[in-house]
Amino acid sequence: MKAIVNVYLKNGVLDPQGKAVHHALGSLGFLGVKDVRIGKQIVLELEATDEQKAREEVQEMSETLLANTVIEDFNIEIV
Amino acid sequence: MSIAILRFPGTNCEFDTEYAFKKLGFKTTIVWHNEPSLPKDTELVVVAGGFSYGDYLRSGSIAKFSPIMKDVIAYAKNGGEVLGICNGFQILCEAGLLPGALKRNTNLHFISKYQHLKVMNNNNSFLKKCEKGEILNIPIAHADGNYYIDDDGLEKLKKNDQILLQYVDHAGKAASINGSVESIAGICNESKNVFGLMPHPERAIEAILGSNDGVKMLESFGA
Repeated sequence: MKAIVNVYLKNGVLDPQGKAVHHALGSLGFLGVKDVRIGKQIVLELEATDEQKAREEVQEMSETLLANTVIEDFNIEIV
Repeated sequence: MSIAILRFPGTNCEFDTEYAFKKLGFKTTIVWHNEPSLPKDTELVVVAGGFSYGDYLRSGSIAKFSPIMKDVIAYAKNGGEVLGICNGFQILCEAGLLPGALKRNTNLHFISKYQHLKVMNNNNSFLKKCEKGEILNIPIAHADGNYYIDDDGLEKLKKNDQILLQYVDHAGKAASINGSVESIAGICNESKNVFGLMPHPERAIEAILGSNDGVKMLESFGA
């Protein structure tokens, strides 16, 4: 079983990398972009077979290490 | 006074820090991150600068789980004094010993230069030798120094005199260097025994090398 954790800066927390990319896209003539947010995708290969259990475990991993919940939000996909 | 200087894989300011404190007459021990506990006679823990664990995931995010950090957290909770410089500041925020977090600089650059700082509060054991409002000149060298804290947290910092240092221009006016909330360069915890700052006082101890403004910060711990 695989878990995909997507980590982004929280809404309202300025994303300097997203802002720079937004600016660069504008310079290249892509003018229809309203906002850019850059995050991280962390892919975990799990031994677990029970989806619910895996989800709970990855939730704990994310809160403990994978995301800094002071500035970041995350979501978990189990595939 | 006996100072424990922490060294993680990737730390690179432990010898500068040791040199500075020794020059000021302190006893120092460099403590490897795998040690289970601090030396018994520790009177100050310094989390030195560098790039612990290559700054992977987030600056300081992996170092906070090193074996020695358990004892450092217990030491701090017990009232022991802890100072985090640069990467040390990032580690202390990640470990929850200091509020807030440090993000990538808004200009995305690694900024390395002398920087003016204003002493915002001196009613603590780190800055007691400085005057409130005094302007210091101390080097900064970081890519992730953009201090973030939410509005409620900021109010608490202000109310309790926890904002220690602010980036300013030579005239003392707040300067936006890296995007930090209110140009914050250093803070302490609520009980004023844990200190964190992005600038490097250990690199400003000899006038011939540009500044000795770091001396009164570092020697304040023994006073």
